[in-house]
This record gives sequence, structure tokens and C-alpha cells, in this order.
Amino acid sequence: MVVEQKKLAITGAEAAAYAMRQINPDVVAAYPITPQTPIVEKFAQYVADGLVDTEMIPVESEHSAMSAVVGAAAAGARAMTATSANGLALMHEIVYIAASSRLPIVMPVVNRALSGPINIHCDHSDTMAERDSGWVQLFAENSQEVYDLIFIALKLAENEDVRLPVMVNQDGFIISHGTEIVEVLPDEEIKKFVGEQKIMYSLLDTKNPVTYGPLDLYDYYFEHKRQQVEAMENARKLFPEITKEYEAISGRKYSYVEPYKLDDAEYVMVALGSTNGTIKYVVDKMRQEGKKVGLLKITMYRPFPKEEIQYYLNGRKGVVVLDRSLSFGAEAPLYAEIKSSLYEVAVKPQIGSYVYGLGGRDITPDMIRKAFEDALKGNLVADEQRYLGLRE
Amino acid sequence: MAFNIKTLAKNHKEDKFVSGHRLCPGCGAPLVPKLATLVAEALNYDLVVSNATGCLEVSTTIYPYTSWNIPFIHNAFENAAATISGAETAYRALLKKGKINPEKEIKFVAFGGDGGTYDIGLQSLSGAVERGHNFVYILYDNEGYMNTGNQRSGSTPPGAMTTTAPVGKKIPGKLQLKKNIVEIMAAHENVYVATASVGEYVDYMNKLEKAFKFEGPAFIAVLAPCVRFWRIPESNTLNIAKLAVETKYWPLYEVEKGVYKITRKPREFKPVKEFLEAQGRFRNLLNHPMASEIIQELQDYVDRRWERLLALEEATKDKPIR
Repeated sequence: MVVEQKKLAITGAEAAAYAMRQINPDVVAAYPITPQTPIVEKFAQYVADGLVDTEMIPVESEHSAMSAVVGAAAAGARAMTATSANGLALMHEIVYIAASSRLPIVMPVVNRALSGPINIHCDHSDTMAERDSGWVQLFAENSQEVYDLIFIALKLAENEDVRLPVMVNQDGFIISHGTEIVEVLPDEEIKKFVGEQKIMYSLLDTKNPVTYGPLDLYDYYFEHKRQQVEAMENARKLFPEITKEYEAISGRKYSYVEPYKLDDAEYVMVALGSTNGTIKYVVDKMRQEGKKVGLLKITMYRPFPKEEIQYYLNGRKGVVVLDRSLSFGAEAPLYAEIKSSLYEVAVKPQIGSYVYGLGGRDITPDMIRKAFEDALKGNLVADEQRYLGLRE
Repeated sequence: MAFNIKTLAKNHKEDKFVSGHRLCPGCGAPLVPKLATLVAEALNYDLVVSNATGCLEVSTTIYPYTSWNIPFIHNAFENAAATISGAETAYRALLKKGKINPEKEIKFVAFGGDGGTYDIGLQSLSGAVERGHNFVYILYDNEGYMNTGNQRSGSTPPGAMTTTAPVGKKIPGKLQLKKNIVEIMAAHENVYVATASVGEYVDYMNKLEKAFKFEGPAFIAVLAPCVRFWRIPESNTLNIAKLAVETKYWPLYEVEKGVYKITRKPREFKPVKEFLEAQGRFRNLLNHPMASEIIQELQDYVDRRWERLLALEEATKDKPIR
């Protein structure tokens, strides 16, 4: 039954902190970095005011934040952290270790351009650098989704068949610092939804000692990696079940992807994060003009929802993929993966790659319209990387 | 409790750090956790261990085997302290929330070699100590990156042969003195810091007891010879570790909240040259045309450091900072 919800005017960062307060994790270790800082500040205030009984570790770096969270999670604690850009890059080594140690850590990531040159604004280069780390990666379109996805992430991470860490991505400043209306569930409902973590293989269980992080050579390493593959598949399988359960109390529906006006769409744009909101606006405008355009928003990026992408893109006339990061010397990450997915479909659409918004460069409705118009004209070239909003 | 082997044996029921690991015969490192687990057992504590990447870690946890009959986590090279700080915080959080009910008090210990402590792990260690976590960090110091085949670390003494600061035609090996990790750690607030040597295990055990009982972070730097790259006979580890103390090369002392106390004051000291001559790693230094000047310089250094320690002991007597 959908429960009554309060409406708050809060930012994406505040939505993340609010969700963390409701989860009331045992341990939070975090280091401030723009634009993630308001999450840590807000949460530290909750701790200081006694609104949570979390033990907070004010670490001296993000590397130690992830290291401490790994230690805490291995000790059976529900442990969280949050970061951005260079902070995520500094964690990188331990991001992989958290996944291979099968620790159910949830981390809000406020996406920011990775240095250099140094830049504090949004793009996806930080999280893309972690796409092969073994973490589940979810992308929010707005503050509401940030709030909702954090609970879904926790439930997914802690599932016995999954036991994988999850990143919940939100676009730096655009979501993290923009105030929106967010509907929040009552604390009690969240408590019921997330439940108690089933503690497994805890370092504090001195009667049943476990060795975490052993030297794993060519005789076993490969099999352990294979188990991670399996866990990721389990995350994929379980995701709909968990989102359904969340929908039952919140009334908000989540899936791997969100199709928007796709039923009869001939031209489809694919994107991650906040830009989806702008694309929806442009789709609405172009629909009024009778143009058959639509959007496929990717919510779950890892595991990659290939089947759903194939289902929604098979037989379209044109597909425009928007990337907010680069892969120098290769195709942009989302484009490469969408294009690869389409290799297996019966009727391949024309496809084009558009890179936009690096370092926080604004993406306007006109730019999105321009990319759609390329598609409408049949002017998409699979082997060409185009740029939106770039001075050349 | 005054510890000796007898009191440990009396309290010993079950091996917590078991044999069968693959450290070299004669290696000084395994004595470091072995004695720590025995002392903890005698004091009726349970241990949770984190371990930096290094000889001790790779040789004791080759999957699917482990020498650790107690909870153990290896995370990475530079973060043993941050990792144990997470586990220690989890312990406090879960106790507070009533989610765990341990029979014995749990103590948290991080082990790291000199690479993982003086160099790559220094930030993580300093951060964890500054935050005041209740844990004991135990450094097993073999003065180089021995796990990867004898590379120079911030702990390698001048003139010791390493592959990354080799003695060449132009440069006579490592030029810098060993970093004084003990003073760095003692500069943190509310810490118990000590040196120890595997050759002086009663002294080490007593310091372990103090460290376990100390309310706050504790740090023990244990000199633990590496037979392979110190180029010493397997039977000589403990003698060399003793000789380091007898030559003032590795003075045994402790600093508790700013108060210095020298725990071994030999009546007569041996020249530092004896310590150098007992090890193959100094062979090139000893054959160097400037050998006598370099050795004299080192002798002057250890003499002055000893005098300074005596002065600090006198000056800080009964004057804890807090």
C-alpha cells in the first residue's frame, strides 16, 4: 500500500543525506570534496544532533574513507561513504577490493569532471573510470531518484545472492545543489523496507574467524572473478523484485531503463543522469510538432541492461547516444556499449554518438533538438563522434 | 603482569597464529604476530587483525590456506591502519546498538612492514592515530621492501645494499639516514609509542601488554631482521636483533603521552661497526674507500641520538602532556 509522504524542498545532496539518516548506518567514513560536501556536512549534523546513532569516521582522505568502510563492512556493520571525482579516483584501488571482498557498501557519488585540468562541475568521467570495478552503478535523473535509489541500492547490495557494493550517481551541482520537491517516506516505512542486515562472515565473530583479502594466485583468482560475474547477474535478476517492493510503498516505479514516449517513436535518444529531464522536455516539444521522437533513459548502468536496450531500440530508424564523458582514442563509453548491444538485434537502427557537457558545460534544449534533427534527416554516422555545445 | 615465556605457556590454550606459513626459515617477522597473539591470549583479549600487503601477509594467507586462527583482513598496501579503524569503529557502533555481545573484549591490531608504515601507509596511520581509534599498530621493520626483493624504503639505513639504491661506481648506495618513525608517531596526541626488537622478546611482550591496555592508539616498532636481504645466517636472526640494541643502532624505549622511558640500558655498548660487520648487506659499504669515515659518522649519530634520548628521559620525567 502506498503510504502518505511528506514533500520537502531539498537538493540532491540533501536528499542523499536524508536517505542516509533514515537508513541510520552503523558506520559512515567520509572525506569532503566538492560537490559531495553537503552530503557529509548534512550527515555530520545529523550525527551531532543525535538524529542517528551512526559512528562517523572523519578520515584524512578518500582512500582511507573507502578503506575504513571496507574494514567496517567486513566487521558486519552497515557502512556508507560518499564522494566525487578525484575522491573517487583516489579510492579507485579500494573500490575494486570492496567489490571483490563482496561487501555491501552503498556510496552516493556526486558526478564531477575528473582532473585534469581541475574542474568542479558535472560530467561522468569519474564514475566511468569505475565501470569495470565490480560495483553496481545506478544513475539518478533528479533528487527524487537520488532519494529512492539509495534504499533500492541498499536492499540490492545486502541481498545474500548479491553482496556487492552499489554507487548511486547524481549529477554534480545540477542535481546535488538544485532544490526540488522530493517526496519522502516516513522513517518507520524506510526502517521496515531496509530491515536489518544479515551479518555474514564478520570480523567480530571471533569464534568463527575468517581471513579477508588472502593472496589469491593463478590457482583460484579466476574462479573468484567468475563468482563476481555471477553476483552481478544476480543483482540484475533481483533488481525488478526490489524496485517492485519499493513501488508498493512509494508509488514510484523504477526499472533498468525508463522508456519515454517510445511506443511509436522512430528516433530515440539514450542518456544517463539529469540530462534526461531536458530531453523529456525536448521530446514533448517535438511531439507537439508531430515528430516521432522518444527517450530511453538508463537507470542501471552496471550490470548493463542489454536485453532491455535491445528490446527498446530494435527496429527504430535512428538512435542518438549522449555521453558526458570520453574514452580517448575510442568511442565514448555509453555509445560503445549501446552500439555493441545493437549488433545482436534484428533490425539495426542508424546510430550516432554525441558527446556533451564535459566539465559542466551547459546542455540546452536547442542542442538536444539539433541532435534529434540530425537523426530525422538520416544524418547519423556510426563511425563519427560529434559534440554538442563545443566551440570549434 | 610481568611476562615471560613461562607465564605465556601457562595461559596458552590454542594457537592463534599457526605454523605452516611460508615465511623464510629464520625470518624475524613471524615472531612479531606470534608474541602479540600469545600476550593477547594471556590477557584474555580476542584479537581482530589487519595486515598491510607485505611478506607477512602474502606468506600467511595463500588461498585456500591461512595461518590466522583469528579474524584477519588484508585490504591493500597503504591502508592497514584505516582498515582497522573501520573495524574498530564497527565494533563500537554495534556494541552501542546492542547488535553484538562478545564474550571477551576485542582488541584491534594492524601489522605492517616498513614499506607499509614509513612510506606508503604513513598518511593512513597518522590519520587513524590522530582520530584516536583504540588500536595497536605493530610495525615489523626489516628495513626494506623485502617482499618484492630488497628495494630501498624510508627505513633502509645508509650503505645497506638494495636494488633501488645500489652501490655503484659513482654513488655509494643509499645516502639518507633511516627515518625516525618513532618520533613521528610520538608527535601525535595521546599515544603510546615504543620500539622493540625480536631479539628482546620479554621487553617486547611487556610493551605489548602496555599497548593493549592503553586507552587510545598505540604503536610498536619492532626490529625484525630479514635473513635473505640482510645477508645473515638463518640461525643468527635473534643475535643480530640483539646486537642492534647493544650497539645503540636500535635503542629500546617508549614514549607515553610525551614521557620518554628507555627500557634497556646496557652497561657497555658495542661499536656500531659490529652490527654492520655481522651482515652481508653492508659488505660494499665496508669495502668502500670511505668506509671508516662513513662508519664513524654512523657511530657519532647513534651516540648523539642516545645522549639525546637520555636527556629526553630526564626532561620529560613526570611531565606527561596530558
